[in-house]
Amino acid sequence: MYELNELTKTYETKRGTVTALNKVSLTIPTGQMVAIQGPTGGGKSTLLQMLGALERPTSGTVTLGDDELSKMPDSRLAEIRARTIGFVFQGFNLIPTLTAQENVETALAPLGLSSQDRKSRATAALEKVGLGERLTHHPSELSGGQQQRVAIARALVKEPTVLLADEPTGNLDEQTRDEIMELLEGLWRDQGLTLIIVTHDSAVAKRAERRLTLKHGAVTEKK
Amino acid sequence: MFGTYLYRELSNRRKQTAIIAAGMALAIALVMIVNGVAAGVKDAQATVLASVYGVGTDITITQDPAQPVEGEEGQTQQQQPRFEFGADDGETTDGTTAISQSRLTSGIASTTFDADALTTAQGLDTVAAATATLALTNVSFSGEVAAPDAATEQGTGQEGAVPGEGAAQGGRGGPDGAGGSAFDVDTFTVTGIDVAGESVGPLTSVELVDGRAFETSDSDSNVVILDTSYATTSSLAVDDTLEIGGEEFTIIGTVTSTSSDATTASNTYIPLDTAQRVADLEGQVSTVYVQAASSTDIASVQSALQTALPDASVKTQEDLASSVSGSLSTASDLVGKLGTWLSIIVLAAAFLISVLLTTSGVARRTREFGTLKAIGWNNGAVVRQVAGESLVQGAIGGVIGVVVGLLGILSINLIAPVLSASAVATTAVAGQGAGQGGGGNRFGDAATTAAATTDIALQIPVTFGIIGIAVVLAIAGGLIAGAFGGWRAARLRPAEALRSVA
Repeated sequence: MYELNELTKTYETKRGTVTALNKVSLTIPTGQMVAIQGPTGGGKSTLLQMLGALERPTSGTVTLGDDELSKMPDSRLAEIRARTIGFVFQGFNLIPTLTAQENVETALAPLGLSSQDRKSRATAALEKVGLGERLTHHPSELSGGQQQRVAIARALVKEPTVLLADEPTGNLDEQTRDEIMELLEGLWRDQGLTLIIVTHDSAVAKRAERRLTLKHGAVTEKK
Repeated sequence: MFGTYLYRELSNRRKQTAIIAAGMALAIALVMIVNGVAAGVKDAQATVLASVYGVGTDITITQDPAQPVEGEEGQTQQQQPRFEFGADDGETTDGTTAISQSRLTSGIASTTFDADALTTAQGLDTVAAATATLALTNVSFSGEVAAPDAATEQGTGQEGAVPGEGAAQGGRGGPDGAGGSAFDVDTFTVTGIDVAGESVGPLTSVELVDGRAFETSDSDSNVVILDTSYATTSSLAVDDTLEIGGEEFTIIGTVTSTSSDATTASNTYIPLDTAQRVADLEGQVSTVYVQAASSTDIASVQSALQTALPDASVKTQEDLASSVSGSLSTASDLVGKLGTWLSIIVLAAAFLISVLLTTSGVARRTREFGTLKAIGWNNGAVVRQVAGESLVQGAIGGVIGVVVGLLGILSINLIAPVLSASAVATTAVAGQGAGQGGGGNRFGDAATTAAATTDIALQIPVTFGIIGIAVVLAIAGGLIAGAFGGWRAARLRPAEALRSVA
């Protein structure tokens, strides 16, 4: 379960201080599927980075389970990202020089598994997202939808409890978007994940149990 | 994962890998060749010096010649042969008197000193071996003059008239039958050697061709060993006799240089005590040859000897190398100055290119490293990856550099450029034995001049040291580039890295 308390994040720019998040307080129970919407520059991605232990708040706290993320050292945050949190990005962020299987394996590298274990788990994850036949393909040899499936396999191969997706369908056509969303929903249901999706797409947001809107750094619930 | 990722990165970024590896390879090959040539030149210098000072000599002790002081009769205090003949000297036949004398001297520009210096050197714990020699020059003066009686009978009849004058007036006597004279001057170098046979000294760089070497029983005997070239040009052989300093010496052996030199350091070798007696230089030596117990002791031995013998000139092989001139010396200077600077510049450029390409590579891969950090890679893992890639690029450059360097060295060894070298001696023994261009010998000395100049084919040794330098440079280059790249990668904040490309 996530607990956000009075969470504030400001950035210093040449034009002055920009407040990305302004005293956001929020609770997200374990296993919930949440969609976060809002205008560009409203603080959605910043909130996702706080939830993903990628960024520290200027003030306030972020708690994941028993771990208070805002006060942890970098090494411990990296460990939490390695074991507990999975990321899916809008641009897929696959490593172009590695094959699909090797890209998935990168998520297992910090866990200290044997090469054999890494390979077998990566293969299983890719089969689960329907890419069992594309293990040795490089990203450039895959379609956008297939690349996002590889990214989802990479996020889930370590069996995290939280999956954070930043515009996961932003670069895809409608048909592929629906396929990806069905895949994510299926995994969310099967694995009991806490799934938090940042999206501009109302069709995607409507699939979520809970919808939040982030505007000018403040969160509102959307009924 | 580390190995797979590294392999994929390097094989997919071939252009960058090739540029970095080529730069490193060029620098490493150049450093190898410059170091190799330097070692080859050093070996060549050692060869030249060994022909003069013998193999294994670390330090020589000599005494610099004193400034000439005008004597009572306008001559210097240094030994110069003077031949004096009495009225009854020589054998007279048909109005012509044949006269002959030989003198054994230390010669001009040569200085002897007390043999106690040898005892001092041998007394040092860090000295493995020491021996002394006495470098001398034998000058023989022989000729024919008109007999004094013949000159008197045919001349003015005045007592004390010189033969030439008598002959000129009377037209009889002398080698030409008209009262003239004819003289021959023969000179050769003689080195007194300790027959005990220490492991240092001039005879360590020669090998026996005929006869036998010195034995302990030869002490104070009139026996001589000849340089083969000198024996050939003088038509001398083992068991013949040779007059040295007015005494008859039996030739017991002939020797030749073990190096590429045509001649050895001296024309003849006789027992040291015999040399001292015949030259009337009892208890005197001209050079002490010292071998240190270890190469690391050379400096301390030199210092100790200089302290114990303040008036002596104590020189190491390194000091003596400066006395080698000719194209070998030019090559040495070229390698020492231009070669070293060129190596440093190319190496610095290669390192700089490697660092710049690695750091720009990290900048280009910001999104990649941000993603890896987002999925749980810690800073250490990212830095290891970047540094590992740089290290392997450096190693590839190192391997290519070693191959190119070895090919370069092989090419030079096949071409074997010939360098001429002259050991321009600054010490007494070298002044006699290895020649100083005739400046110190009033009669000119073809044998010593020949011994001084040597043509040496440059051969570059391939040692583990040279290859080791290449390996160290390759690792250093990779580490430096990796350190910069890794430092830059470690500074990336994952959120910023992702945001910068989002």
